[in-house]
Amino acid sequence: MSLFQRIARQDHAPVPFMLDGKPCEGREGDTLLTAILTNADKVRVSEFSGAPRAGFCQMGACQDCWVTLADGERVRACTTPLAPGMHILTGASA
Amino acid sequence: MTPLRVDVAIIGGGLVGSSAALALRRMGMDVALLDRRYCGAQASGVNYGGVRRQGRPPEQLPLSQRSHAIWPKLKSLIGIDGEFLRSGHLKLATTEADMASLEAYAAKVTDAGLELELIGHNELRRRFPWVGDAVGASFCPGDGHANPRLVATGFAAAARRAGVHVLENTPVTGVTRNGEGFVLEAGQGLKVMAGTVINSAGAWADEFAASFGEPVPLKRIYPSMIVTEPMAPVLTVNIGMEGGGIYARQVERGNCIVGGERGEPLSDPDFSRPRSDGAMTIMHRAATLFPGLAKAQAIRFWSGTEAEMPDRNPVLGPSLTTPGLIHAFGFSGAGFQIAPGVGEVLAELVRDGRTPTPIEAFSIARFTAGSPPARTTVGSGAGEKQEP
Amino acid sequence: MSRAQPLIVGAGPAGVRAAETLAKAGLRPLVVDEAPACGGQIYRQPLVKDGRDAHDLYGSEAEKAERLHRAFAALSGRIDHLPRALVWNLRDGRADIAVDGVNRTVNYDGLILATGASDRVLPVPGWTLPGVFTLGGSQVALKGQGCAIGRRVVFAGTGPLLYLVAWQYMKAGVRVVAVLDAAPLSAKRNLLGGLALYPAIILRGARFAAELKLRGVMLRHGISDLSFEGKDRVVGVRWREKGRENYLSCDAVGYGLNLRPETQLADLAGCAFIFNERDRVFVPQREPSGRTSVRGVYVAGDGAGIAGADAAELAGERAALALLEDRGLQHAAGRAAELELELARISRFRDVMEAAFPFPAHWAATVADDTVVCRCEEVTAGTLRSCVRDFALDEINRLKAVSRVGMGRCQGRFCGASAAEILAAETGRSVAAVGRLRGQPPVKPVPLTLIPREAAE
Repeated sequence: MSLFQRIARQDHAPVPFMLDGKPCEGREGDTLLTAILTNADKVRVSEFSGAPRAGFCQMGACQDCWVTLADGERVRACTTPLAPGMHILTGASA
Repeated sequence: MTPLRVDVAIIGGGLVGSSAALALRRMGMDVALLDRRYCGAQASGVNYGGVRRQGRPPEQLPLSQRSHAIWPKLKSLIGIDGEFLRSGHLKLATTEADMASLEAYAAKVTDAGLELELIGHNELRRRFPWVGDAVGASFCPGDGHANPRLVATGFAAAARRAGVHVLENTPVTGVTRNGEGFVLEAGQGLKVMAGTVINSAGAWADEFAASFGEPVPLKRIYPSMIVTEPMAPVLTVNIGMEGGGIYARQVERGNCIVGGERGEPLSDPDFSRPRSDGAMTIMHRAATLFPGLAKAQAIRFWSGTEAEMPDRNPVLGPSLTTPGLIHAFGFSGAGFQIAPGVGEVLAELVRDGRTPTPIEAFSIARFTAGSPPARTTVGSGAGEKQEP
Repeated sequence: MSRAQPLIVGAGPAGVRAAETLAKAGLRPLVVDEAPACGGQIYRQPLVKDGRDAHDLYGSEAEKAERLHRAFAALSGRIDHLPRALVWNLRDGRADIAVDGVNRTVNYDGLILATGASDRVLPVPGWTLPGVFTLGGSQVALKGQGCAIGRRVVFAGTGPLLYLVAWQYMKAGVRVVAVLDAAPLSAKRNLLGGLALYPAIILRGARFAAELKLRGVMLRHGISDLSFEGKDRVVGVRWREKGRENYLSCDAVGYGLNLRPETQLADLAGCAFIFNERDRVFVPQREPSGRTSVRGVYVAGDGAGIAGADAAELAGERAALALLEDRGLQHAAGRAAELELELARISRFRDVMEAAFPFPAHWAATVADDTVVCRCEEVTAGTLRSCVRDFALDEINRLKAVSRVGMGRCQGRFCGASAAEILAAETGRSVAAVGRLRGQPPVKPVPLTLIPREAAE
């Protein structure tokens, strides 16, 4: 279940993206963090313990929301705007 | 303040000083280990962490082999394994000339016990598919890497537990001969009286040598390192490059450490930092040489202050001017692997006045007797841009 | 020969006013900021227009926000602005700036660091769970993204932001379950001292609390032993109060203990630091003008020590005047004195606020051994304590070296202070005596493939 609840931009243009192989929808103006957390309840898992994480500071300071895109690119979810067709991997299945 | 009386005073709590302190204490001696800041915080703690015999000049190999036997026993010796991994060390050649140089080295050290394997292009592809483009390599299966931040600090902590007087934040401001022994003046009125003094002060050792009439051409170097965020396994072995370039390893937690180029000192010259351009250069080289790192993010840089001698060999052995003074410094960016062995050698020199390990090549005499020695050419040592 | 342009890092209230002041004097500063648009965290602008007006976004501060945005827009053509750009290293008049995978090395003459702040936090059990965000982060979600962090939200911690964010969530129609304040109710008496200085701010805070209470939000003071519970995400909050244990279920938590300055770049620039007793944090040593120990380097705004957005605007202008004076240019000395006077007044107000919302430093000192302190490297309090004992450590950089605390992606931003508190408690030294983590570039992650601009062109 999603963590975030949309208050604004419900009627903005949908932006299709993939999350761990599953088709999802964000909204124009979303960061990756918002796009992920309005569809799921974690953005990554800890490399060390495997514990789920969903970011923390949302302002690019804590670095707790780095995710991998399907092409291997590493991006910080809270400061990266969502673009159509992005495929985000949370690493949860790894 | 009552002076502290000990058998041996060691100036400098790096890996050399700390391992000597522990070895001496285990022989039953009273030892003071003095550091101007913190034990293991300078070159010993901020080096790359390569535990490598391959590439060393032949004259260092007996000492290096002695150390080689100590590394797997760290846990019983100091209580921690220092994250030592016997991963093997792969020295890459990116040109035919470099490959020829690796072959020449292997031929020269065949009797040293390194068990080097020369690997051609195709075999390299097969065995180490994560290496991008290289002509060939030389592999030393017994070498590896460890966590430098833990090992020296661990030796100092073990020495403390064993009863060594570990005195941190205690800069030695003066050492003088006094009858049979020495008096060390060390911060806040502390005096240490010792029969023997070991000068293992690293990049600060030249001052002490000079004060006993033995000036040495010690130069400070600042290696430069970057570390990536934790990644799935890419680099399965410790990597070097013949002729310099970069060196790289991946720790068990997943971070890749890549070194190369040189940093620069800060306004407080005890501290240094990598240069941005140098760091970017090694980042690019790593991303090119190891395609698996092409998407990696660098999360941290570091540097440190190390002492380099012009011939890249250390100064190790008794002073020629002052009985009871023993020098052990100038490891030229390649001291990490051999330091535990040096500690044992120093303890033997103190107790017996001699050591079964050949160290004549490292005598300070080479800088005082006429013309300075030629640069060691066989093996990489750790000259400019070369591998620690 | 023309001199290099001044560099301003940060386009929040301090950075914008600094840029405006320099531009007015005829200089053309380069303003670098990580966000796509100006405003900083407090006056952050949404990525796209979303139908909410300034009042919806910034409440009582709407006018200030709009004024700041307009002031920056008016500078267009008179300054250079690099948005979405990270200054990741500084050294001797050179800045390395990463913009979209390309590195620009910029020479600057005069540097104003207006790097702002992020939430000050201490580790509590469960603080890494999905659904637990900082108070600032909760606000960013709402303000910048038009999202609530959950559907039943608890706000916990202390500081004025605790009540502000809870109130903003309530106003946005989100169900706020409770506001749990670590500060005892008795500490709030200190706020009376603030009435004489800034009555409007005190009254606004009181109104937030009153309106929350009126709408049935549970308000608790003097809470301790806070923990966030859940396995895969937060499902509840537990705390103690007057000796009794309490539990509430929720699906999200906003947590923070006031703010901490962002000081890494000042460190890389070589600025000397001093320990600020009030905030229990090391800050760049500075004069009231914003001058640091390094000639030509100035700090302004929360990055120089927490003082809030109003102070940041004044401090940005003041630092710019200092830069002008130091360059031998005309500067308004009278205005400078006026600004310093007002800043001193705000600083007295900060004393009041810190007394009303004291930082519960003992939370770190007594945190359970199995609680994670360093989120990046997952170093627990127990690991820190055993490292301190086993290696006889008494200095924070040594503790970092041995335990990896502060070595991860965030470079100790969110764990450095807690680790220092734990180290101080373990060794019986003061938190000032155990020191501060030395800054290292890059201040935030940069790609290995970062291309120097010359090579990219």
